[in-house]
Amino acid sequence: MDFGPFLLLALMEGMVMAAVLALTAVGLSLVFGVMRVVNVAHGEFFMLGAVIAWFVTYYMPGPPAVGFAVALVVCPLIVGGIAALSDTLILKRLKYDPEATIVATIGLSYIFQQAALTFYGPDARPVLAPFDLRIQLPWFGYSGYKIAVVFAALAVLLAVWVLMTRTRAGLIMRATQLDRNTARAFGINVDRVYAAVFALGAGLAAVAAVLIVPIQQAHYLMGHDPLLLSFIVVIIGGLGSLRGTLVAALVIGLSDGVISVFFSPTLAKIMATLLVAMVLVFRPQGLFGAKP
Amino acid sequence: MTKLIGMTPSRRSLLKGMAATASALALPGFVQAQSSAPIKLGFQLHRTGIGAAYGRWYERTTQAALKVMNDQGGINGRPVEVIFEDDGTDPKRGAEVVEKLASQAGCDAIFGPLFSHVVIGSAPRAGELQVPYLVCSEGFHVASGKLNRWTMQPGITDVRAQVTAMAPWVSQNLGKKVTMVFPDYAFGHDHRDYFTAAIAAQGGEVIKHIAIPPTETSFTRYLPQIPKETEVLYHVMVGPAVLTFVKELGEFYGTGARPEIFGFIDSLEAVDTASPGLEFLEGTHFWEGDCRVKQADASEHETFYRAAVGVDDNGASISDGKDVATYAHMFSCWETLFMIKAGMEAAGYQSTADRQKFVEAIEAMTTIPASQAHPQGDKVFNGKTHQVFGHQFISKVEGGKLMRVHTTSIEDGMYPDAVDYTTMSF
Repeated sequence: MDFGPFLLLALMEGMVMAAVLALTAVGLSLVFGVMRVVNVAHGEFFMLGAVIAWFVTYYMPGPPAVGFAVALVVCPLIVGGIAALSDTLILKRLKYDPEATIVATIGLSYIFQQAALTFYGPDARPVLAPFDLRIQLPWFGYSGYKIAVVFAALAVLLAVWVLMTRTRAGLIMRATQLDRNTARAFGINVDRVYAAVFALGAGLAAVAAVLIVPIQQAHYLMGHDPLLLSFIVVIIGGLGSLRGTLVAALVIGLSDGVISVFFSPTLAKIMATLLVAMVLVFRPQGLFGAKP
Repeated sequence: MTKLIGMTPSRRSLLKGMAATASALALPGFVQAQSSAPIKLGFQLHRTGIGAAYGRWYERTTQAALKVMNDQGGINGRPVEVIFEDDGTDPKRGAEVVEKLASQAGCDAIFGPLFSHVVIGSAPRAGELQVPYLVCSEGFHVASGKLNRWTMQPGITDVRAQVTAMAPWVSQNLGKKVTMVFPDYAFGHDHRDYFTAAIAAQGGEVIKHIAIPPTETSFTRYLPQIPKETEVLYHVMVGPAVLTFVKELGEFYGTGARPEIFGFIDSLEAVDTASPGLEFLEGTHFWEGDCRVKQADASEHETFYRAAVGVDDNGASISDGKDVATYAHMFSCWETLFMIKAGMEAAGYQSTADRQKFVEAIEAMTTIPASQAHPQGDKVFNGKTHQVFGHQFISKVEGGKLMRVHTTSIEDGMYPDAVDYTTMSF
């Protein structure tokens, strides 16, 4: 294949990856920004979103589009609920101590993974895309659904931005992020905000998973890669900065797509990890993070 | 404190009691007659991990074969028990499972693993523990001499034989310039190395090798590497994402021009060929180890086997039409179990002290006719390389179903011996 079409395919694949990565990483970034908590179970929330989407689409009668639309609404709610429960029952009791939270979320990730293995099984199962459109370019064919994923992710990210900057709920979240004690002094129920933010972070990962599951398949081990990549993105972008996360997701997603297609996916992962190392050495706060 | 005479034991009587109990326990319990003690076989099962789809069917096939065998009287009149242990399709855990089955459960022999990296990681432990290890794997590693004299593959043919048998048909019917897409680990490397050699011997050439990690979930990024001059796209893929691989292959070519496609059914094991997105496979060809769709000339043995395991004429579970079988591989469990019976009966197997005699008995086997015990077809066992040779099938997708178009002879897949295990010590 010639260089031009090669690059086009690489960029298209990169955009899809960047879109899903942005959604997942924004969830992680929000949780860290507001709660100062490292959520190692974030990848498993992603996986739960995909697995629940399979259950919903499997048991929902009618055309695949209906099941998919229902999954898109129901899965983030269920996964968000599980997350809120985890926060109230476990993380709150630990008083959000950094080391204890990491250990607790590692434990949670094992529980979710094994629960998925027990109730869903070890197989990868496909979920039908809501529509079956193939775009035929002169050099290769491409799935129309993948292109739709990019736009859907953009829409959700826009909604998150509107929520954070234009609504009262967003104002409360940002206030809690800025100074927890002062927020409490102003009468904000910080515990409830934390549960809500944790739920929102998990819900965003679940949305990303529902969007990606017709392209890949739902598998109980699928949470590992998104977790790793989300951490890379959040560190490079700067912990607590949503703008940084978006920029970093775009950079990582596109570079992964291009390097994967022109060289190899392993090299792409090496480059991404190298970038994290560079950032940690020369600019530890990330691209847009607040100086430590 | 008052000492109650006669009630508190003195130290002397306590020590005497302990000595008596210890010597009583050291005596053997009543010795059960050898003929009624069951034969215990361990099965190293891929219940979870990337091989889970195969593991599910391997277990069902083994349970079916076990029932048939026990109904017919077992081995030497002794009932047979199979103990299944999950190795998570992981090499390290595989070695631990071998240890557990041999040492803790006291199994007479172990069989069952499929994925090549697990076999290579577990076989050395079986060699160290001196337990017969019969793999159901397809990898060339047994016949390559890499493993040990305790490891054998008497139930399924190996990749080198398969690709050697395929090369003439591919070069005569599809094309001579081949691009290979394969998983980047032992099994895939066998495909890469031996098909490249086999097609070169036919006057063809592999113009590009594309290696994909078996844990990969997104395949479109590899497909632009397929050169324009490709006449035949050769694909074999394993792991949970095989359906995604084949779908993305279809999306990539779309309605545009595409090369001839020759795949190994591994890329679609446990996946329905009529799945949405796989329409582009119509008219393409696949290697099959055992025909998934019941062919018109299916033997009575094949019919019996199919019914015993619970597979319908389309290759799916009788109880769930969406649960498609790993039909090209699972017969290995059935045939291996019956090979174990044949070997134990030929060796006059009584206990684990006879393990070496059992291995030697199997090494002495040569031609194996098709029968209820060998429903996939007749075979030839090479005692020196510990590898069995059999027929391979080529099928074409017609109307969404795989219909056989060619059967190879056993000689088509033969290659020079790479090892003679019979000269090695145990």
